Amino acid sequence: MWEYSEKVQEYFYNPKNAGVMENASGIGDVGAISCGDALRLMIKVDPATDTITDARFQTFGCGSAIASSSALTELIIGKTIAEALTLTNQDIADFLGGLPPEKMHCSVMGYEALRAAVANYRGEAWEDDHEEGALVCKCFGVDEGMIERAVRMNGLTTLEQVTHFTKAGGSCATCIEGIEEVLVKTNAAMVAEGLLDAAEAFDPDQAARPVRRPKAGKSPLAIKLEPVSKPKLTNLQRIRLIEEAIEGLRPFLRQDGGDCELIDVEGDRVMVKLSGACVGCQMASITVNGVQERLIEKLGQPLRVIPV
Amino acid sequence: MRPVYLDNNATTRVDPAAVAAMLPFFTEQFGNASSMHAFGASVGGALKTARRQLQALLGAEHDHEIIYTSGGTESDNTAILSALETQGQRTEVITSVVEHPAILALCDWLEKHKGTTVHRIPVDAKGRLDVEAYRKALGPKTAIASIMWANNETGTLFPVARLAEMAHEAGALFHTDAVQAVGKLPIDLKSTEIDMLSLSGHKLHGPKGIGALYVRKGVRLRPLIRGGHQERGRRAGTENAPAIIGLGKAAELALAHMLDEQTRVKALRDRLEQGLLQRIGNSFVTGDPEHRLPNTANIAFEFIEGEAILLLLNRAGIAASSGSACTSGSLEPSHVLRAMKVPYTAAHGAIRFSFSRENGDEDVDRVLEAMPGIIANLRSLSPFWKERGQDRPAPAAAFNPTYA
Ligand code: FES
Repeated sequence: MWEYSEKVQEYFYNPKNAGVMENASGIGDVGAISCGDALRLMIKVDPATDTITDARFQTFGCGSAIASSSALTELIIGKTIAEALTLTNQDIADFLGGLPPEKMHCSVMGYEALRAAVANYRGEAWEDDHEEGALVCKCFGVDEGMIERAVRMNGLTTLEQVTHFTKAGGSCATCIEGIEEVLVKTNAAMVAEGLLDAAEAFDPDQAARPVRRPKAGKSPLAIKLEPVSKPKLTNLQRIRLIEEAIEGLRPFLRQDGGDCELIDVEGDRVMVKLSGACVGCQMASITVNGVQERLIEKLGQPLRVIPV
Repeated sequence: MRPVYLDNNATTRVDPAAVAAMLPFFTEQFGNASSMHAFGASVGGALKTARRQLQALLGAEHDHEIIYTSGGTESDNTAILSALETQGQRTEVITSVVEHPAILALCDWLEKHKGTTVHRIPVDAKGRLDVEAYRKALGPKTAIASIMWANNETGTLFPVARLAEMAHEAGALFHTDAVQAVGKLPIDLKSTEIDMLSLSGHKLHGPKGIGALYVRKGVRLRPLIRGGHQERGRRAGTENAPAIIGLGKAAELALAHMLDEQTRVKALRDRLEQGLLQRIGNSFVTGDPEHRLPNTANIAFEFIEGEAILLLLNRAGIAASSGSACTSGSLEPSHVLRAMKVPYTAAHGAIRFSFSRENGDEDVDRVLEAMPGIIANLRSLSPFWKERGQDRPAPAAAFNPTYA
């Protein structure tokens, strides 16, 4: 049995805002019955203020799919569309007190349904970048198609790079074998298409060699267990560091005809502007993830990169 | 409220009599059966009895045809890997599309990494094996055919005795994964041509972590695990004495209750099945009702998802299981139901109720009472379901989600 939080159970057993909405302003349908989950989100929008005044859902899916859908409606009612769109699937999961790793895709479905419903309200077409394909990394809900795209678009040739760009493999690491398989396959295809030098392609034999632990200079017993306190950065220093990190990434993005610019920093939120090939391209979220990983690594602090 | 346990194909409660038989072998009689002293000797005698008890349940000709293993999965792996080793020039394996992962995952791996050719025989809409395809696949290259006796999800039975004869005509070995059949069906191996058979203790009210591989006398076997001389050198490692003794007792009890399983337990299953179909529209039985285990019912409820049903059943104190993808963390529903071409709209909502001799009439009543409300509740949430005054599904075009 899955470990569902109290809140997930509460929202599954007594879902709020379930059912059909008459005269919805926007309707978002996502999912597929073949995948075992599908969601219809209906929103009512006050055109004067662009505020979501009501939301309802219908869900075909497991316990956490129903709970995530209900949580989504609770999160967006009363928000303006712009505010609602800043919500991420992580916010849905957080609202529910967390979801088991295998169930994170349920929250992703909510995130996508909202975008679909808003697009429908605005009279736009909405394209989803969800790929059919085996779920490779359960911790982060990354499927084969996403890894393949990340590898292709960014010329990735190591497991570590894939983890940076897609997060796949970044937690329990039990999915490494699966990721490497996709990496081998994709790299081989890229070599065949002349997009990659054969010498650079990922070599699973090399990667599978045992890794020796670096020898500690002294007995491990001699190490004093003191909390490592990093000097606190001033705001200015932080922004400089972020700026530097982004500058370092830009040449890389430009290669693919895209670009990324720092707009503002607010607390742990880093606003960036993506341009060129990055905009609207299906890779946007992967790029943002990649940038975010680099920044976190550089600053040693959690922060969130938000495209504006 | 007393919980209702209807998931006996997943695992069973260890019979208290089996527990009682095991207990002394953790404490007073802890000796290693291989040792040359009194501590070991008494264990040796008990192991012998246990082997005889299991032999009786299987109808095996000799007690040394039984090799104890850690369970069904190890038995399955041993059988197939051994056949590929002993059959020299024969490099092909035949199995069915609805086998347990213990067979299918191994075959996938053999195909990918060892160059083995694997024939996966399809089934029809009722889950019945395509015997003609099986016959065609058999040939001079076949090392072993491995076909399950009873399917774990639907309970559908395969004609293994006949399949074994067909395999022998082609000069191939025959193995059956009988994890679900042993203890639920009368079995008499000595009157069949079956070469190898896998079983698992915890499916028949015995302990977990113990199973056996039956290997007909004369069939060559290459051990999977090498080391000591236990099990006559065919499976090394100190005997799991308490578990073997518990399994022996469980086998004896299963044999004693065989008639009950075939009559009373079967009647409970049938009453539940008919009751549910009567009370709930858009539902149907999957598998082959004519040829199946007496304890298993698999019913598909359309337009809703299995895990959600299980959670609500669980709240009503009822334990069952589903072929839903969500319970396994993948996106595809059960490979068994997909192989039978059960549509996605129903495969995701298939629920398996599996009985044992410990169930009674009250269990059936409880499910019949709880289920209609649960199904109606979930259908009211489902975008694929529209009631329109009657039990009618929504037209297919009504809900068209964006991603496939
Ligand atoms: S599944 Fe845990 S890190 Fe990928």
